[in-house]
Amino acid sequence: MSDTPLISVRDLSVHFGVRGGGLGKKPVVRAVEGVDLDIEKGSFFGLVGESGSGKTTLGRALLRAVPITRGDLTYDDGEKKYDLAAIEKGDLKDYRTRAQLIFQDPYAALSPRMTVRDIIAEPLEVMGITASKAETDERVREIAAKCRLNLEHLRRFPHAFSGGQRQRISIARALVSRPRFVVADESVAALDVSIQADVLNLLKDIQQEMGLTFLFISHDLSVVAHVCDHVAVMYLGRLVETAPTRELFANPRHPYTRALLSAIPSLDPDDDSVVDKLEGEIPSPTNPPPGCKFQTRCRFAIDRCRTEEPLLDHAAHQHNVACHRWQELVEVFEAEDAAAKERSDKRHAATAKAEKAKASGKNKGKTKPKSKPGSKGK
Amino acid sequence: MSRLIDVEHLNLQFDTDEGRITAVDDVSFSLEQGEVMGLVGESGSGKSVTAKSLMKLNPSNAVYGEQTRITLHLEDGPVDIMSLKTSSDLKVVRGGAISMIFQEPMASFAPAISIGDQMVEQLQIHSDMTTRQATELSIEMLARVGISDASTRFRQFAFELSGGMRQRAMIAMALSTKPKLLIADEPTTALDVTIQAQVIDLMKDLVKDFHMGIIFITHDLGVIAQTADKVAVMYLGRLVEQGPVREVIRNPGHPYTQGLIAALPQLDDLDKPLVPIPGDIPSPLERPSGCVFHTRCPVVIQGRCARDIPQFTQTREGHQVACHLLDPANNDQGTKTT
Ligand SMILES: Nc1ncnc2c1ncn2[C@@H]1O[C@H](COP(=O)(O)OP(=O)(O)OP(=O)(O)O)[C@@H](O)[C@H]1O
Ligand SMILES: Nc1ncnc2c1ncn2[C@@H]1O[C@H](COP(=O)(O)OP(=O)(O)OP(=O)(O)O)[C@@H](O)[C@H]1O
Ligand code: SF4
Ligand code: SF4
Ligand SMILES: [Mg+2]
Ligand SMILES: [Mg+2]
Repeated sequence: MSDTPLISVRDLSVHFGVRGGGLGKKPVVRAVEGVDLDIEKGSFFGLVGESGSGKTTLGRALLRAVPITRGDLTYDDGEKKYDLAAIEKGDLKDYRTRAQLIFQDPYAALSPRMTVRDIIAEPLEVMGITASKAETDERVREIAAKCRLNLEHLRRFPHAFSGGQRQRISIARALVSRPRFVVADESVAALDVSIQADVLNLLKDIQQEMGLTFLFISHDLSVVAHVCDHVAVMYLGRLVETAPTRELFANPRHPYTRALLSAIPSLDPDDDSVVDKLEGEIPSPTNPPPGCKFQTRCRFAIDRCRTEEPLLDHAAHQHNVACHRWQELVEVFEAEDAAAKERSDKRHAATAKAEKAKASGKNKGKTKPKSKPGSKGK
Repeated sequence: MSRLIDVEHLNLQFDTDEGRITAVDDVSFSLEQGEVMGLVGESGSGKSVTAKSLMKLNPSNAVYGEQTRITLHLEDGPVDIMSLKTSSDLKVVRGGAISMIFQEPMASFAPAISIGDQMVEQLQIHSDMTTRQATELSIEMLARVGISDASTRFRQFAFELSGGMRQRAMIAMALSTKPKLLIADEPTTALDVTIQAQVIDLMKDLVKDFHMGIIFITHDLGVIAQTADKVAVMYLGRLVEQGPVREVIRNPGHPYTQGLIAALPQLDDLDKPLVPIPGDIPSPLERPSGCVFHTRCPVVIQGRCARDIPQFTQTREGHQVACHLLDPANNDQGTKTT
């Protein structure tokens, strides 16, 4: 897979001017700042970070749905190549058929007055992709079937559908124009876990079947871990770490990534392995701190971090991290992990012993349902 | 421990344009003082309306069942909540003995009144504090939940605070009246994991310091595991399983609970495929007969589950599951009718 990447981004910045604020001076929101990023063809690329870190803005910039302040952006699917930063109207129209967005909120995104068929067909009609109504219907039926919606569903209005079904309608609508690149922005956040798993599996299947490239934006690291092959972590407009998924979750190098990972509440009620508690909140992008953007919350910050901004550094194969101290911290993290593991092993041994004692105390017949999907905590 | 609240046979229906829908069906549970109960279930399963029933906060199209009894045990004796009719009757519970943190953080603060004024007003409804005393207590509570520079924040409006801070302010307001029972409806769902972790820690401290009961509503089982003593699982308006949190998470007995846990993406095994619960949640207008889960249950007993409503069976101390598979007396009966 040494192809040219589908999306290639260099030093991308997106700033918003904000009205109001002080007299005369207009505060600027630096939503995305100096981002470098390659997204390979066929990749399921995850983008994570706290609220306000700039994920949506970056996604929209790649779709050319926000004005770009600075930087280079190239799209190359082998058939067409576009310089997105300087793309012209006609090309932009073509690009819009190749790049699509799946909306964040399945409840807000669907017009209540249109039938599901019309909702899915709309992009085809707006972009003038199909030549006849028959062809439109054909395309709608085809994509609906892929998204597990039947003909009966197509005649109804969206209010008659559950959250999971609505999400499948949004997906069908985004994919009907047969795009190559899809940005899915928090498209499972509003869903319950049982339905969420279903939608994620569907996205993966469709991606493989249609050879799509996904940018998958989410708060939820455990979801990203399961569906994405590559992950970028964003903080206050910057990418702080990028790596193949397994590498990132096995060896997080940036203090922020580590804190994010350890903040995920464990399913084990006795888990006390949290080593990293993040205090405070993400600073405002109108007034970012100097130096490393994470320095106000980083427990490893030193003087250098307060003046000099760290650049993305190559840590391992395809693994990049932007922290002045990542090399010295490798050992610190290893020691912390070892200590946490020792604690949890001890605790597990203690609980196992207690359970055993309890079980031999009274062994009342406890019946269980026959099938039990793998369900133990950790 | 002493009993704080008993909910018995809670039935709740809503009159809607499309007919009368059942939102809660025969739900019973109780809570001790200082105990944290997690209430989990899919969207629309009836978690919020169950919680609101404890204060009779549901809108006027709500119809409570005749069998429904909710008893709050206060120092001066038990209060029969269903018998409270007027809003002045209900003052004892609403914002008094019971406080609620709502699912929509913006909805809990009026946009045009400062946070402080709202806190003071609420305190004065429920006590005879002077404005000065109420102000002092409010600022103290804001500081207590970790808001720095509390006296400045006191004068600000909700929209001027970040999401995490707004959530803290809401908790401060809910706690200022020193409630016996705090209901937290998805207090962390809209928050980032790092802020969520802070709020979870805060809630844990508060239980210790104030010794109140908490009902914690969420669909995140990880959050439940980290905060609750016991957990109740709802599906389509029914309680399908309840018990101590360790028990339920380690030995889930109901196929729905098992499905919920299996569907969670786990970080320690990235190769494990995500296992969804098959099918869609039925519409409230097409409530399944018998076991409400039978349309999606992977181990459904043909003939029996669509017909009979399963009752709670005790699997272990305090752990109850409502599923025919756990009811040995009825099992053979079920297979006959297939
Ligand atoms: N059109 C706009 N005008 C001004 N500021 C904006 C605009 N769009 C976004 N911002 C600001 O840019 C920053 C990044 O916002 P963005 O929506 O990209 O964050 P995000 O990472 O997607 O957050 P979330 O997880 O909450 O969706 C925020 O501070 C936001 O307020
Ligand atoms: N005022 C009302 N009128 C009619 N139906 C209502 C009303 N309030 C709630 N319902 C219905 O009652 C059911 C239970 O709703 P509830 O809000 O308790 O769900 P929930 O479990 O809290 O879900 P979520 O996780 O989405 O918050 C839903 O089907 C809902 O549509
Ligand atoms: S550069 Fe400094 S402040 Fe930034 S993450 Fe690294 S150690 Fe922390
Ligand atoms: S009662 Fe039947 S349908 Fe309901 S959960 Fe048990 S086995 Fe499944
Ligand atoms: Mg966003
Ligand atoms: Mg709710």
